[in-house]
Amino acid sequence: MEPILGLTAEDWQAISLTIRLASLVTVILLIIATPVAWWLTTTQSKLKPIIGAIVALPLVLPPTVIGFYLLIAMGPNGPVGEFTQSLGIGTLPFTFTGLVIASVIYSFPFVVQPIQNSLEALGKRPLEVAATLGASRFDTFFTVVLPLAKPGFITATILGFAHTVGEFGVILMIGGNIPGETQVISVLIYEHVESLQYAQAHSLSAGMIIFSFIVLLILYGFNQKQKTIRVIN
Amino acid sequence: MCRFSPLSLPLICMSFFCFVLSPIVSAGNLKVAVAANFIAPMHKLIADFEQQSNHQVTLVSGSSGRFFAQIYHGAPFDVFLSADAEKPKKLVDLGLAIPNSVFTYAYGRLVLWSADRKQEVNAKTLSEKSFNHLAIANAKLAPYGKAAKEVLLQLGLVKQTRTKWVVGENISQTYQFVASQNAEYGFIAASQVPNLKQGWLVPENLHQAIQQDAVILTRAKENSAAFELVEYLQSPSAAVIIQDYGYQVASTSPVH
Repeated sequence: MEPILGLTAEDWQAISLTIRLASLVTVILLIIATPVAWWLTTTQSKLKPIIGAIVALPLVLPPTVIGFYLLIAMGPNGPVGEFTQSLGIGTLPFTFTGLVIASVIYSFPFVVQPIQNSLEALGKRPLEVAATLGASRFDTFFTVVLPLAKPGFITATILGFAHTVGEFGVILMIGGNIPGETQVISVLIYEHVESLQYAQAHSLSAGMIIFSFIVLLILYGFNQKQKTIRVIN
Repeated sequence: MCRFSPLSLPLICMSFFCFVLSPIVSAGNLKVAVAANFIAPMHKLIADFEQQSNHQVTLVSGSSGRFFAQIYHGAPFDVFLSADAEKPKKLVDLGLAIPNSVFTYAYGRLVLWSADRKQEVNAKTLSEKSFNHLAIANAKLAPYGKAAKEVLLQLGLVKQTRTKWVVGENISQTYQFVASQNAEYGFIAASQVPNLKQGWLVPENLHQAIQQDAVILTRAKENSAAFELVEYLQSPSAAVIIQDYGYQVASTSPVH
């Protein structure tokens, strides 16, 4: 196949896989992270610091630690592996599903924390007002909290997506480098570099830099706009 | 060199410092880059070498491709033990290694292995047993991966097993996939297997020889310790250790 934009069919396959992975992970993360962030914001529980610390753990741990333990846990003799085998779906390493689960864990704090921050910034006041006006908790969440905390959700979406795209160590450990299944951009760049195909490594890497810059530009541009709006109001 | 840029001043200071210090430190210091598959025997070899010679050797283990890139960009290694014959030659061509210093330190052997002790692995395992994953090293990056592919080709098993391949970026990661039993079987280096009886030592006629060459890098051309190490690695006492780890040395391997 003719290379398009200096990228081969293999490169494009990795790009599409990465986008698929990052999109799916972001959607799952928003669904899981929102209640967790909500709980962390509103709870009086003594468990709060413990749960907060667990959520933040992937921020601190080297990806190799996460990848190594996931490989063991999801392997045939690990607890997760035994569970998935009993469900009849085999083991998760070297599969797209395995990557999705690993990425959800790895990017979790990047989605929870912006949401939590914006929820905390809201304070109790809007909730109390909504309650006095007779809104149910469900109603309050969708008509008051969600619109007011929108910047947090947008930041969380962008960070979750971008962080998954940039993921490398974990995927290298549990992926098995299978084209179209687990061979994402970062792993392919690594392969190009290691096999001395520097030209191909360059085009993919340059693409990643441009992509990352645009994402961050949107993020900061957006945050800037939000601040201006707040000042005007 | 008659003009100095301001930047070269710190460099001059540093080299002067080294020059002043060198008589104080009588033994040489060596940084050696070692292909991941050879790190276990290399530790033993270096322990032996250091005892004999008084030199200090720092070992760095990794994939040959990465070392090549790092050396190309000025990494401070004195000796490079590659997992193949191609990269040392390329470094010589680029003027980064000393032309006449290339030598073959070992011929690697491939093993088909399972971490499950109840499994007996032999020539027929892959065609007869059912399994979900077969770990091999990346054929583009690792000579052991290339050899594994050749074996599968020779055995006529490529088509049948292709969808089950999981690919490690180097032979250590491939080992990890098998050792954690995420892959039932895997082609790894004989040097990695704790007990050779458990695996199938792949006959050499099923793949091209895994010729592992080493080279002294240009920056060590004045470093006698580097030359001593290379001499030691070709000595009979080193050969014994190398063979202990399932490798063959030049004199015991057929000429290719």
